[in-house]
Amino acid sequence: MLVQQCGFELMNMQGIYLDHASSMPVEPRVLEYAKIYLTKNFSNPSSLYSSGLEANRALEESRAKIAQFINAENEKTIVFTGSATESNNLAIRGTALRNIGKGKEVFASAIEHISVLNPMKELHKNGFEFNIIPVDSNGIVDLKKLQTLLTNKTNVTSIMYANNEIGTIEPIKEISKIVHEKGGYLHVDATAAAGRVPIDVQKEQIDLLTLSSNDLYGPKGAGVLYIKPGTKIQSVMPGGGQERGLRSGTENVFAIAGMGEAAKIAQKGMKKESARLTKIRDKLIKEITKINESYLTGHPSRRLPHHASFRFSHIEGESILLNMDMYNIQVATGSACSHKTLEPSHVLLAIGLKHEEAHGSMVMTLGRSNNMEQVPIVVKAVKDTVDRLRKLSPLIKKG
Amino acid sequence: MIKIVEIGYSKKVMEHFMNPRNVGVIKNPDGYGKVGNPVCGDLMEIFIKVKDDIIKDIKFKTFGCGSAIATSSMVTELAKGKHVDEAIKITRNDVAEELDGLPPQKMHCSNLAADALQEAIKDYKNKKKK
Repeated sequence: MLVQQCGFELMNMQGIYLDHASSMPVEPRVLEYAKIYLTKNFSNPSSLYSSGLEANRALEESRAKIAQFINAENEKTIVFTGSATESNNLAIRGTALRNIGKGKEVFASAIEHISVLNPMKELHKNGFEFNIIPVDSNGIVDLKKLQTLLTNKTNVTSIMYANNEIGTIEPIKEISKIVHEKGGYLHVDATAAAGRVPIDVQKEQIDLLTLSSNDLYGPKGAGVLYIKPGTKIQSVMPGGGQERGLRSGTENVFAIAGMGEAAKIAQKGMKKESARLTKIRDKLIKEITKINESYLTGHPSRRLPHHASFRFSHIEGESILLNMDMYNIQVATGSACSHKTLEPSHVLLAIGLKHEEAHGSMVMTLGRSNNMEQVPIVVKAVKDTVDRLRKLSPLIKKG
Repeated sequence: MIKIVEIGYSKKVMEHFMNPRNVGVIKNPDGYGKVGNPVCGDLMEIFIKVKDDIIKDIKFKTFGCGSAIATSSMVTELAKGKHVDEAIKITRNDVAEELDGLPPQKMHCSNLAADALQEAIKDYKNKKKK
């Protein structure tokens, strides 16, 4: 509608969705598998009659699939929650409070998701000492700083597997070595990374790991916290005692069953799909960075296969997003204007961008619906968008 | 990732964003106003050409979000052809109303557009005194 109103050439009727980091469609095979738990079998998995037991079996099957997905020691390590945010809260508050005897120092990298940073800040208000680990200009955690800042009073440290805004993959194995030398717990938010790169919690020595269902093409409303056997943790949601007492509340059987199936499908196709997306990503990066004063944000090689993020000088990200939407292409931005607090993305500031640079960001995250044929359409739309907005910008002094 | 969740721009905002009126600069303007700061994410410049205290021509350049661009465009439309004493009274609410409303957190952007116009008119008046 708007496209025609505004006289824009409609290049793709169906649209090109490039914001998979924000929301993903449910994989049809997942929906087919799990929909029975919304309709025919709606029983509470705690009920003892046969349909309840069957619902419970669906939970346990999903647990086994997730355990396999991240090579967990056993399925008991998997705790289902309602979202990645909830998993992060349980991981951080649950371990910090339970291990208060060890110390009151908690750490997170400067580029963690707000659902990690805000629980940490909350702990700080309640007497914990919260410190931030800086990252370099590519978004890689400063390992030397990590080594010097952590002490034997360090309780829990949270570092994400890969960042959702700049795509940078962190050296988790090295990080876990440093964290464990000081005897603390390492929590890893793998929301952005899972399903794109293989994760092995045993090999990488991860104590707590967050996963999100929707980021695996599963339904929204389910998340996972992996808890390594022997990790001391307490509930932050007391109630009926579901999920080994760690997360009370009737389980969302549909979303949980779907998440397990989504993880299974993702694991099976990951190698091929990630290789396919990497090619599209690299082509996008190559073409878009040809635009004058456009820059890749995040690490050039240690980055998620589906992730291409940029910044453009002299223009603002919300305008980019709105303008791209006129071409029926959906992207994200870390600009202040898209943020309720009107502050630019903390991630972009953490990698050393100035405020005015962070305002001009655009993030593209690819998925199964994307293909190489879309690249020239997207590139043309980006070029036209940047061109148009720069013509409006007083920061360019000509004409 | 930080997302736009409460934007809900009106059709009129989007129409002005996509087809902004009076974009550009005026060489040797009778009045010039500049407000905002790229650090904050909004910067606006307004140029006016005035004859017998009537705004004959007006142009703008804006760095900023969708509503910053739309409000700039709207303020130039509202001011064009008006007597400067009338145009200086245009408020952020006038601009927002003409655009069929703005999300609450965007009101500062329309504030800027009206401010830039006022600055331009003040500049014109100062020059006239000299």
